[in-house]
Amino acid sequence: MELTDLLLSLFVSFLKIGLFGFGGGYAMLPLIQREVVDVHGWISVSDFTDIVAISQTTPGPIAFNSATYIGYTAVTGMGFSQGYGVLGSAICTLAVSLPSLVIMTAVCAFFFRLKSNPWMQASLSVLKPAIIGLIASAALMLMNGHNFIDYKSWIIFGVVLVASLKKVDPILLIMLSGVAGLFLYPA
Amino acid sequence: MSTRKKQYWELFLVFFKIGAFTFGGGYAMIPLIRNEVVNKKLWLSDDEFMDMLAIAQSMPGPIALNTALFVGNKRSGFKGSLFSGAGVILPSFIVILLIALIFTQFKENTVVERIFRGIRPAVVALIVAPLLGLGKSAGINLKNIWIPVIVALSVWLLKISPVYVILAAILLGVSHYLFAKQTLKK
Repeated sequence: MELTDLLLSLFVSFLKIGLFGFGGGYAMLPLIQREVVDVHGWISVSDFTDIVAISQTTPGPIAFNSATYIGYTAVTGMGFSQGYGVLGSAICTLAVSLPSLVIMTAVCAFFFRLKSNPWMQASLSVLKPAIIGLIASAALMLMNGHNFIDYKSWIIFGVVLVASLKKVDPILLIMLSGVAGLFLYPA
Repeated sequence: MSTRKKQYWELFLVFFKIGAFTFGGGYAMIPLIRNEVVNKKLWLSDDEFMDMLAIAQSMPGPIALNTALFVGNKRSGFKGSLFSGAGVILPSFIVILLIALIFTQFKENTVVERIFRGIRPAVVALIVAPLLGLGKSAGINLKNIWIPVIVALSVWLLKISPVYVILAAILLGVSHYLFAKQTLKK
């Protein structure tokens, strides 16, 4: 594939992710996974899960983190140099942010009329519960044979779920799960 | 430096700090943004902040970015939003780029693979855990629980694009409103 074609389709995909990414964060995951794993195959589903893990342990929103990471890996994975990989990162990050820039600029111009707009309230009455469904589908899509390889995976899942509901810090939980992986899966 | 220029850089620095120190994105960032923007800088009142948050959450895109763009625009216009937006994006851009550069070299390493075998199920658990609390704040009840259930099943099992699901949700909300308005007239 030509470099310009690749950069263009990365740009379009992340523009779409930014434009339809209602609910932010986890609610954007099914959309990102569909574009970069299912439709374009830029990364594998395990790589995608690893990006989510990295996002959960580094600062910043998941949408930026995945844009930066996927922009780099998709370009270098096709055999282009690291410099072009950085360019890919920049293009994806810019693309995912552009819709927000346009929309928020418009919102600032019409802010007070929008706040109590009945059309907006009407859309949100279904959109808000739908976003919960999107987050649930993100979890279901990641519960696959690549991420859950045996019963030990389910034990880690159960322990982390309970600990997280008890408000244990997520970064600590990810680190402990990594250590658990080292002990549970000997070389 | 002119006051205008100073404003731009102040916006950039405040949101750079917010971008650099908030882990977990979106909802975790809100208290920090509020502290900087409402308590320390007095750029918005508490009421304005809550209104702005409601709008930022209803629009597509990362909540942290939407909030940054809004505050930047309110403070110094469109150019201000460019500075606040760049500020909130740059820290994660730099960190993730470094990780991408390093991580792709070590991915085939068996130790790294063993660590990630432990981490992957934990990632899924961390997505499931906040669902209950979020459901409550989104106003889920027995009358509308079918919405998230149908959305989850159609995206997960039927592989329908989230784009169509979102468009359908907006259409359904609007047509329900139109229908209610019509019956009210009669």
